[in-house]
Amino acid sequence: MSELIRCEHLTKSYNGLIALNNIDLSVESGKIIGLLGPNGSGKTTLIKLINGLLTPTSGEIFINGTRPGVESKKIVAYLPDNNFLNSWMTVEQIVDLYTDFYADFRRELCFEMLSRLGISPSVKLKTLSKGNKEKVCLILVMSRKARLYVLDEPIAGVDPATRDYVISTIINNYDPEASVLISTHLISDVEQVLDDVIFINNGNIVLHKTVDEIRQESGKSVDALFREVFRW
Amino acid sequence: MDWKLDKDRPIVPQICEQMSVRIAKGDFAPDEKLMSVREVAVGAGINPNTVQKAFEELERQGMIYSVRGSGWYVGADFTAAKRAVEDLIFFKTDQYFKAMEALGYDLEATKNYIGRWKA
Repeated sequence: MSELIRCEHLTKSYNGLIALNNIDLSVESGKIIGLLGPNGSGKTTLIKLINGLLTPTSGEIFINGTRPGVESKKIVAYLPDNNFLNSWMTVEQIVDLYTDFYADFRRELCFEMLSRLGISPSVKLKTLSKGNKEKVCLILVMSRKARLYVLDEPIAGVDPATRDYVISTIINNYDPEASVLISTHLISDVEQVLDDVIFINNGNIVLHKTVDEIRQESGKSVDALFREVFRW
Repeated sequence: MDWKLDKDRPIVPQICEQMSVRIAKGDFAPDEKLMSVREVAVGAGINPNTVQKAFEELERQGMIYSVRGSGWYVGADFTAAKRAVEDLIFFKTDQYFKAMEALGYDLEATKNYIGRWKA
């Protein structure tokens, strides 16, 4: 087991507005972790710091022992919370691009998942529905054999049957050397595949426990506890 | 295999209970190979680490055993599984009587009610 993410006193502020406040966090390999928090709590800021899209205001972040950069991007597969593909390209052209770009890309697996979800490789991305575009993005990310998968709202726009498929894909892809960090609001759909749960609020980590610890201690599902902790 | 998992309770004991019931019922032959951890995880829609923990707990209780490099097997002796199911039956019965008590039925009244009950 190795440490894939390490944050030490990590702080990020935007013009004085503190998005992440002095966070300490350690994530080991072989885990599926839920990053849960209300809107504007700092989830996406943390994810962008992990991916090197933002730099810390103070403190440190290490991905598999190095600061985010070229080396970390080779082992991190990132699904952003918005569509990141060129809409004029066909699905197959995008798969070609990914095959060229990422040494760990599993092309066969990618086509298998596309066909399973009924997405033809020859269609242009712009002709796909919003949900189907999201499926393509997620399939591309999960087709990499990465050490760390960072999924920002992976199932928000897809139907419940596809959610089940996505979740079984995550389970099937489980690798003791890799970890998956999932940010989502659809807690009840994902909580039973999670090892650990991180609750984040106003830039602070307010809880970091296993799902079974939460259920044992509170007698509630993670979803129910979330609703209680973050009640307005 | 069909799994029914309650969201308010830890998952590990639920997997253990349902496995104990199957073993005690005789769903498996002694020394029969079990499904792999991954198969159970996918089937139940849960984390493979959770299944691993549940299997290790069942091993600790003497119901199943692992063979390095091969997988998990049902033990030849079903005593531990039967004992676990018995505990479960007592627990459920206790829950039932407590629920009846909350409705204002004491033990005798509840037993009387059970006598009149038709499935």
